[in-house]
Amino acid sequence: MNVELVRVATTVNGTRHEREVEPRLLLADFIRHELGLTGTHVGCEHGVCGACTILVDGVPMRACLMFAVQVNGRALTTVEGLAPERDRLHPLQEAFRDAHGLQCGFCTPGILMTMKAFLDENANPSEAEIREALSGNLCRCTGYQHIVDAVKLAAERAR
Amino acid sequence: MKPAPFRYVAAESLEHALAVKAEQGDDAKFLAGGQSLVPAMNFRLAQPAMLIDLNGLRDLDFVRADGPLRIGALARHRRIERDALIAQHAPLLHEAAPHVAHPQIRNRGTLCGNLAHADPASEFPAVVLALGGRLRAQSTRGERWIPADTFFKSVFTTALAPDEMLVEIELPALPPRTGTCFLEVARRRGDYALVGVAAVVELDPAGKVGAARVALCNAGETPTLVTVNDIDAAPEQVRRAIDPPANVHATAAFRRHLGGVLTRRALQTAVARAGAAS
Repeated sequence: MNVELVRVATTVNGTRHEREVEPRLLLADFIRHELGLTGTHVGCEHGVCGACTILVDGVPMRACLMFAVQVNGRALTTVEGLAPERDRLHPLQEAFRDAHGLQCGFCTPGILMTMKAFLDENANPSEAEIREALSGNLCRCTGYQHIVDAVKLAAERAR
Repeated sequence: MKPAPFRYVAAESLEHALAVKAEQGDDAKFLAGGQSLVPAMNFRLAQPAMLIDLNGLRDLDFVRADGPLRIGALARHRRIERDALIAQHAPLLHEAAPHVAHPQIRNRGTLCGNLAHADPASEFPAVVLALGGRLRAQSTRGERWIPADTFFKSVFTTALAPDEMLVEIELPALPPRTGTCFLEVARRRGDYALVGVAAVVELDPAGKVGAARVALCNAGETPTLVTVNDIDAAPEQVRRAIDPPANVHATAAFRRHLGGVLTRRALQTAVARAGAAS
């Protein structure tokens, strides 16, 4: 089937990008293959694992369940956009490092993006709230305990 | 996993969306949240020739309570979970919302998209059925209201014609002395329920149980509505009425048992809430 390419113009981590893409190109693949931002990971590709979670206009969403053409005119944030500068981590990333909130690291970008938006909304979360907010991100290494610790630590430090 | 190729139309207005759908019929699918459609496309279980993207139609993202509660096609699950009007006028919907998938999915998925998808395992169809809601279908031919109890035809199948779009739903005001409760059992947070129960109980002026109805999800090919006459006999009535699926997650017998247990608990809570409300 011959399909017309569609123009998409989007801002990612503050930088504007314009491309012409096939409508079927998933947003996660657009970010990785078209823009070269490989921090956004692709796990299950059907919305269960959370590895591809990014912020669309500040709201965490699954990049594997959207098409690139749908973010025309939107502002995206990926894990590359978290750190304030090249040699400094975002406080949430610092907390993950200090509390051992990752092992292999595959799920970490999606978790960071989910927790970034969560802490922006809820600066003083309970452990139950953290676990509820984490429910859409699978981690097969940590057993989640140190991830919860890291989020608590980040919230504490921000107070 | 890559979806099959399709043509993409970003709808500029409701009229535009309906005109394109009238022309394309079943070859085209409406794309609202896409949180059920896109996974199906990634697996190539769904291969629509065209997607009509509704996300630009901001007018359809509404919740209104100037009469009966009305919820538009682009109201997302997150809004259902958080909107004060919904918590006030449809506490059953509010209570069920956090059980739907994960926060990231709820940020994108829409109530009407969920209903039009008609997955019998999903929570919202059972809730809308229990509340006696109705659904407004619109096409270039006109519009019609479809009662929830005739909307869900089978697995992933609704009363919508190929040229129709579900544009909003309406939930009637709860009568006085009415309580509701939603309960489900799932293996993990965010999973589909093994079985879920939405209960609505109305007390008579003397405080005795008058009308009661429960609707169950994942208990048959459609959400299953059971009108309860005797609240003590309701669990057994539900166990007989439902025809739950058997798969790796649970046997049909276990789901049937759960349906009874959750019915008893949901009705108890709904009765208590109705008492507190009167």
